Amino acid sequence: MNNFTYTRAHSITEALQHSGSTGTRFIAGGTNLLDLMKYDLTHPTGLVDINPVTSCHNIEATPQGGLYLGALATNAATAYHPLVEAHYPLLSKAILAGASAQIRNMATNGGNLLQRTRCYYFYDAAAPCNKREPGTGCAAIPGYNRIMAILGTSEHCIAVFPSDMCVALAALEATVLINGQHGERQIPFAEFHRLPGDHPEKDNVLADDEMITGIVLPAEGFKDHYSYLKLRDRNSYAFALVAVATGLALEDGLIRTARIALGGVAHKPWRIPEAENFLQGKIPDRKNFAAAADLLLKGARGYGHNDFKIELAKRAIIRNCMMALDPATQLPGAQPSL
Amino acid sequence: MSQIITLTRPDKQTTKGSQSVPVTLRINQQPVTVTILPWVSLLDLLRETLQLTGTKKGCDHGQCGACTVLCDGKRILSCLTLAVMKEGADITTIEGIADGEALHPLQQAFIDHDAFQCGYCTPGQICSALGMIAEGKAKTRAEVKELMSGNLCRCGANTNIINAIMQTMEEGNHE
Repeated sequence: MNNFTYTRAHSITEALQHSGSTGTRFIAGGTNLLDLMKYDLTHPTGLVDINPVTSCHNIEATPQGGLYLGALATNAATAYHPLVEAHYPLLSKAILAGASAQIRNMATNGGNLLQRTRCYYFYDAAAPCNKREPGTGCAAIPGYNRIMAILGTSEHCIAVFPSDMCVALAALEATVLINGQHGERQIPFAEFHRLPGDHPEKDNVLADDEMITGIVLPAEGFKDHYSYLKLRDRNSYAFALVAVATGLALEDGLIRTARIALGGVAHKPWRIPEAENFLQGKIPDRKNFAAAADLLLKGARGYGHNDFKIELAKRAIIRNCMMALDPATQLPGAQPSL
Repeated sequence: MSQIITLTRPDKQTTKGSQSVPVTLRINQQPVTVTILPWVSLLDLLRETLQLTGTKKGCDHGQCGACTVLCDGKRILSCLTLAVMKEGADITTIEGIADGEALHPLQQAFIDHDAFQCGYCTPGQICSALGMIAEGKAKTRAEVKELMSGNLCRCGANTNIINAIMQTMEEGNHE
């Protein structure tokens, strides 16, 4: 780890005074940033500790019937919050499927959105990587790409975004609250993370002088019919090969609203409105979920070692949508049932 | 136990340079004040500066759980924590678990169940399990296994570790 200066910010205003200067980074939970610094992959010259910003630690109901999640509330505090457990169990399940209990006690909601990919080649300073060092090439495309993306890739990057929490936030259509030197703005969750395109070094649309202050969930939490399924090489404490978040609202035995988001398959949580619209008014059965899965996976391509993910994702979508009809079928850690 | 340790000796972690930051925290109920460089992890502060070597450095990357300590009662990874970020925090390490010479019931359960072989993961396992029990979320064996997955044991004592934790939870004598 390189040397750096350390400053504490006690308010958003104070934090933003430090933002935007070259080499300065905010630190909250630090679980990803310090890891990257220890691997010598990122070299901030100054860290601004934003944990003392007390206004961003709350979780509270909004006047519109939704829920505000402070950017600095921990993942564990969010997953176990009574309002999240009661109204947004999909979010709770997704958070608890990620990382370990220790990391969830440290990692913050804002930091979860901003974590970097766990692509092996991004993490290997000796390998070329357009995300780490733009213009050097992508070692994953011709390399061992078993964990890489099958959707929304570019010739420059096939890394996946590793968050579980964000897959649920995408399905729930959360809003990201942002504050910067030029004022505040709100971004629909679907527009926060980017596809790699020609600039895989940019994971999201947050500007250098901005910080996430919170996340707002809308009133609809799909608390009666939801499921999060995570498939991975070991049953706990591993990143997803494929993850699926499903929220269904049923009316008279038919689907009124469907939300399906995928993790582990793209540079951002993957949603296709056509697939969700297709399910509207349909019977919630295997056949319709299979058709929706085909729409979600349209255009999917494998890179050799990860070809299996296309069929795995299709089956995971169908299975998870069936599980959403009876949420009691879920196991701890979003593990697949036997 | 009210003695205040003030460390200002210039070793590699506590050099009195312009970049050093004063930090006051409580470690195993003892107030500690150090002037420390910002890039020193809580783990290195414990082990290298305070000579509390019960907390172990395994991977130093948040993957193994050997460095788990309790911070304000919650289990965290001391390797992914900067010591300077813990101003005012209350830290409990494995050295602070027993009551004098009397082992904590969970420590005794680890012995009774043969829950370690090399012992390197044990301090982290015990601190993590104490944090988990305090969280009160794990009721079943499956839930305990899931919520202890951040602590790896490479000797293969996992089954016995879970047995020791289950017994301690069932007996309810873990306060």
